[in-house]
Amino acid sequence: MRIVIDAELCTGCEACVNACPFGAMEMKDGKAVINDFCNVCKGCIDVCPVGAISEVADGDEFKPGNDLADYKGVWIFAEQRHGKVAGVAYELLGIGRKLAEERNTTLSAVLFGADDSEAQELIRWGAEKVYHAKDVLFDTFNDEPYSQLMIRLIEQYKPEIVLAGATAIGRSFVPRVAGRIKTGLTADCTQLEIDRETGNLMQIRPAFGGNIMATILCPSYRPQMATVRPRVMKRGEYDASRTGEIIPVNAEGLTCRTRVLASVCEEGTCKINLQDAEIIVSGGRGLGDAKGFELIREVAELVGGVVGSSRAAVDEGWIPYRHQVGQTGKTVCPKIYIACGISGAVQHIVGMSSSDIIIAINKNPDAPIFNVATYGIVGDLYEVLPLLIKKIREARG
Amino acid sequence: MQIIVCIKQVPDTAEVRINPETNTLIREGVPSIINPYDVHAIEAALQIREKAGGKVTVITMGPPQAEEALRESIAMGADDVRLISDRLFAGSDTWATSYTLYKAVQKLGADIILCGKQAIDGDTAQVGPALAEYMNIPHISYVRKLEDVTETSIRVQRLMDDGYDVVESPLPVLLTVVKEMNVPRLPSLKGKMAAKKAVIIKMTAEDIGAEEQNIGLRGSPTQVKNIFAPQAKGDRRVLEGTPEQQVDALVAELRRLQCV
Repeated sequence: MRIVIDAELCTGCEACVNACPFGAMEMKDGKAVINDFCNVCKGCIDVCPVGAISEVADGDEFKPGNDLADYKGVWIFAEQRHGKVAGVAYELLGIGRKLAEERNTTLSAVLFGADDSEAQELIRWGAEKVYHAKDVLFDTFNDEPYSQLMIRLIEQYKPEIVLAGATAIGRSFVPRVAGRIKTGLTADCTQLEIDRETGNLMQIRPAFGGNIMATILCPSYRPQMATVRPRVMKRGEYDASRTGEIIPVNAEGLTCRTRVLASVCEEGTCKINLQDAEIIVSGGRGLGDAKGFELIREVAELVGGVVGSSRAAVDEGWIPYRHQVGQTGKTVCPKIYIACGISGAVQHIVGMSSSDIIIAINKNPDAPIFNVATYGIVGDLYEVLPLLIKKIREARG
Repeated sequence: MQIIVCIKQVPDTAEVRINPETNTLIREGVPSIINPYDVHAIEAALQIREKAGGKVTVITMGPPQAEEALRESIAMGADDVRLISDRLFAGSDTWATSYTLYKAVQKLGADIILCGKQAIDGDTAQVGPALAEYMNIPHISYVRKLEDVTETSIRVQRLMDDGYDVVESPLPVLLTVVKEMNVPRLPSLKGKMAAKKAVIIKMTAEDIGAEEQNIGLRGSPTQVKNIFAPQAKGDRRVLEGTPEQQVDALVAELRRLQCV
């Protein structure tokens, strides 16, 4: 497949040059031409006002590598750390249930390590089957045994869709699985849907630092694999009386060359846990200095939230990196996100824009943060926040 | 000790802006840079070389223009570079990219392979681990600290979601590194001179022995169906009046939503 430009039709308007996220469109002698950067994303086709750009088949399309119809069922990988299944697994069961219903198939979970009670919990959250491997090998996380066993299970049971969390664990070992099996893997998806016509999984994810969204397909290979960003999908329905089947998985014959000598839970990281917070109060450059975070902390304590920050405040050294929200920090999805003195660079916004309610307090009425804010207050945070503290106290009597 | 660093030339996404009227990316004037995480990978390689000796080779897969990124690597102190470039590689997804790098690394030979944790344009973090899988060697992701390196093994700290693990691996091994690992050095004057003079050796699909069905668009299981601008959230409200009135309105809303 490739993109071609009809030079006769091209008016040299440069719409495609501006639209191409890869910088693959150049102007030559008043006409658009395509350079080596083209990724065939097709972003240019629709923006051309005269229809001069089209996609042509070269006969180099992907040939199906396996019999697609043999692959059935939706699988989610339930990761555990220190014997406890991570919250993202229940979110995967939530979206997995929807996909399984649309495909009229079953929903299964795969669990390496942890006790039976955790496998039962996955059933209560919606899994019909749990493939459960119990072995001391899984007490710590090592990429090789995880990927080897996953490859083995996929080859044996042939699921149609495999989802894992876009976490340190999921993003580390799943690429090995997709690489070995030779199938597509889409990273850090924020939306998953079934294409009604083809039945293919439409995997939607942000790219270019969240500046654009891309829909990715894996039409000719199975399983269709994706990692899913934590705290974006809603959990499935919990039913304590739900029953399901637990299938024991043999973990013999796995190799492991890496060795985990110590597993350290860092106090700050565990205690703050921005990603599990229901309310986050964040401060940015507008605070002016490190002392400003004292006020942020006071608001956070009052509303039972945790303290976040923009990258600017971290770069200034006002607050440690583990508080940072955004592209290079944590992605969060709290019920309420209060942004104080944060202008709202794209890199920050991609990390918090899926919060239920966003409250922005900023002096500058043109600050981009107001574009995503549910409620915007234009004003000095040193005036607004003390007022807010006072009024909330009053409201509570 | 042979150390290979895989880097990528990317548009500086921190400079990318959206045109609010057309909702398209403004790429004009956006500079191409070495992917920021990869700069830390180069620094890590140079530090390993200082500790254990050996040779640092920086490779990149990309169009001819990516040569610039390799010259910058030489300026930082890389001993050798390779540009893996061929029109046949165009349209590669992470699968085809990992395969291509695998063929190139196999040709060059490596005891330690270093990659940035992810590239800032695609943000997938998939190429490093998949490359290790094809090489049939172990890998350690999100390395934030090098604790020890010998002729036969390496010990590092790996960043996890709830803290970190201390992980040991025999060589050969692949590491992907995060920014906390080090502070990259600036190019030296001598390095800059070397970078200017360097002849960049190119490797094509044929040179690395890559099979055509595994590279470029044909070797890529995933396809981009379309791209679109992120949707802005609905129901936005800028509150009005004096700060006190605005705060009153906000608290009233929060009470209505039972958040206070």
